[in-house]
Amino acid sequence: MSGKRLAYLASFLGLAMILSYVESLIPFFGLVPGMKAGLANLVTVFLLYRFRTAEAFLVSLVRVALSALLFGTLFSFLFSVTGFLLSFFGMLLMKKSERFRSISVSVIGGVLHNMAQIALAVILLGSGAIAYYIPVLFAAGILSGAIVGLIAAFLIRKIPIRL
Amino acid sequence: MRNSKLPSTFRNDAILLGALVLAAVILFCTPFFFGKEGRFVVIEENGREIGRFSITDEVTEEIRTGQGYNTLVIRGGAAWIESADCRDKICIHRGSIRNAGETIVCLPHRLVITVTEGEER
Repeated sequence: MSGKRLAYLASFLGLAMILSYVESLIPFFGLVPGMKAGLANLVTVFLLYRFRTAEAFLVSLVRVALSALLFGTLFSFLFSVTGFLLSFFGMLLMKKSERFRSISVSVIGGVLHNMAQIALAVILLGSGAIAYYIPVLFAAGILSGAIVGLIAAFLIRKIPIRL
Repeated sequence: MRNSKLPSTFRNDAILLGALVLAAVILFCTPFFFGKEGRFVVIEENGREIGRFSITDEVTEEIRTGQGYNTLVIRGGAAWIESADCRDKICIHRGSIRNAGETIVCLPHRLVITVTEGEER
């Protein structure tokens, strides 16, 4: 990996951390610890399109771990990382299929992120009661994924990084 | 840098997004998620029922779990958490619940409080 590439990835990690910090200030739903508006996913979607898969994955994983360390708890880390893993691989598959645009990739990411979190909450609590929130979280995933996807599509078009 | 091919139309995306929105609407309409009149307030710790009150009771109960306490109040057909020693206080911010299926969750304490329309047990 060239120095320039590394420097770019480090700046994107910094940007993702700032977005994580900003969203930690916004009480979104507050249903589940670690539940966020998904702003930081913007960087993940962008990196998926403009950098290598492994680089997008690493930068995002480090962002999830660091922001849990700085702004969250052990619980929020568990939730964030579960949501991130499922949403990342879902988005990767969507993108590799080359049948969808980045907005769909991002929406799938948002929905999978929330569904993974609710599944983890059901497992941790050993109670199906919170399945009550599935409709709200499902819709919230679509909405936040769409907003992030629109911004990401714009950035992907406007910032053609060549390394 | 790899140049990813973009599909030339939004057709697939329109179908996918439409299907997702439709799925969301169907989820919202599923009877399981409807707010029916609640009858009982069920308290679960780690998925095990540890207490149950009628929603019409007047209750102020301190629930002690292995991890801490939550003070449950039931009054005027609604239930809420008045105070708790957990870190995030999400259970308190959740506010009051009164319809069947509504839930208060205190994840750090592994506590779930649900309003049910269930049978007397």
